[in-house]
Amino acid sequence: MTIEALVVAIAMAVAAGLIGSFAVMKGISLAADPLSHVALPGIGIALALHVHPVFGAVVALAFGALLVWALEDRARATTESAIGVLFSAALAVGSITTTGEDLIDALFGGAGALSLSEKVFGLSVASAIVVFILTSKNSLVVMMVSPDVARTAGIKVRRLDLLYLEAFALTIALGLRYLGVLLMGALIIIPAVTAKRLSQGLNSMLWFSVALSVLSTALGSAIAAHLHREAGPIIVLVATGLFLLSLLARRQRSAN
Amino acid sequence: MATSALASGLDLENQEGVEKSGPAPDRGGSRSEMPVRRLSLAGQMHSIGVGHFDGASGECKAMMTDASAENELEVSHLSVHFDATRVLTDLSFNVAKGSSVAIIGPNGAGKTVLLRALIGSLQFSGTVRWTKGVRIGYVPQKLDLERDIPITGVDFLSARAAVAHKPAVDFSSVLAPVGIPLEVAQQPIGTMSGGQFQRLLIAFALVGDPNVLLLDEPTAGVDEPGQEHLNELVRRLQKNQGLTVLFISHELSIVYKNADYVLCLSRARTCFGPPRTILTPDLLREIYGSEVSYHVHDN
Repeated sequence: MTIEALVVAIAMAVAAGLIGSFAVMKGISLAADPLSHVALPGIGIALALHVHPVFGAVVALAFGALLVWALEDRARATTESAIGVLFSAALAVGSITTTGEDLIDALFGGAGALSLSEKVFGLSVASAIVVFILTSKNSLVVMMVSPDVARTAGIKVRRLDLLYLEAFALTIALGLRYLGVLLMGALIIIPAVTAKRLSQGLNSMLWFSVALSVLSTALGSAIAAHLHREAGPIIVLVATGLFLLSLLARRQRSAN
Repeated sequence: MATSALASGLDLENQEGVEKSGPAPDRGGSRSEMPVRRLSLAGQMHSIGVGHFDGASGECKAMMTDASAENELEVSHLSVHFDATRVLTDLSFNVAKGSSVAIIGPNGAGKTVLLRALIGSLQFSGTVRWTKGVRIGYVPQKLDLERDIPITGVDFLSARAAVAHKPAVDFSSVLAPVGIPLEVAQQPIGTMSGGQFQRLLIAFALVGDPNVLLLDEPTAGVDEPGQEHLNELVRRLQKNQGLTVLFISHELSIVYKNADYVLCLSRARTCFGPPRTILTPDLLREIYGSEVSYHVHDN
């Protein structure tokens, strides 16, 4: 892996750690998986139109986030059912429109060097996500505790919610080239879940989540390079290993 | 509507003291076309005007007007319904600045729905006008929080201060009045008791330097000494700082003691008036459907 590719991967991991923290605290981590499926039809259509697949994924994911946002006003059970049906259907459509090696790359990430446009996309989108979270974290915290209270504090709740979901969708798109849409969902969620177990406050949650995400990415990439394997699955396995270690650490702390 | 009634506190239209609400007009039609008035807390405009609810964006595109100078809040023909169930019907009242209004009624009468409509969290028909420059502190009834959510009380208060663009807040100045030690506020909010979190929510409201407090059973889950402490705090804020207070309570002795006016909501009737007019055995029986008694403190 080149230094440039490593920098892009670390930027992606930082964005995933921050976005994942709020996904886990908001209790929408299960949405990551179905939302990631919606990227596939976009990739298929982009490939058919000879457009860069990441572009198709971004458009499809942005639409998927908009759909989740629009459904959120309805009863929770209705929303979850709708997301389950629609996004599973998207996976089926994506499997038809994206075939062979392209499908495997889209799901689990592909090998090969990143192009200049991919590097620029990765760094700029990751930076935008980091800036969004750092500037909106206080509003997100208040909204998370109570949307009603947030509204009286002058926070435009629905707009902030949409911005967050779109940032979430873009983070999935960030990992498309490197981890694939399925594994990127895991990188967003697992370090944040681990961080939540280790944290007592907001800042420690954000720091732990970012640190674990970056550590998983860097260590996973190094192990993958050493073993001549794809990086995505190894990164997720490292993140899972760190989660298991946190279980032991917590148990040890409880015993003491 | 008599000018004296408007200036004195809260009143309902077309009545003197007590009134039963009339039938609501049919406001049917498609959701996006239904003429509604929605509260907007965006920017400096905190008032309500006639407008059309944009179903796609969820925003109100409205002509804004302010409540009159004497009134903090003017509510006119407010109705709320969930599908086929009408919760509030054609409710009209005004709240004068600096007054304290208690909202009473049996469970399911729409008390919480009324407060949520007033802050713009629910769709409604009718008009809600807040005076310009209103800063609302809202304390909800109960929040379901995960026990392990990694947000401390101090994180929560800091977030409010940051949203209000306050550079530095002395948290002890808002924690002390509600009786929360700083060590408790440094705990994750999910580990706080119901009473502690309720106090934190009041402190949170105070960080925003409100001129209106909307309290949904603020002492629910708080121990007896704590209840007295918080009731006294709210009364002091209202009297000393001129805050307008709307509070929901089932404690009729507290209502009698602290409220300037009482708004009662029930399926049977809607009524308004000073506590001594509303909190009579006959009217309470009609509101609650059974005998209700309360203790009037000598002081």
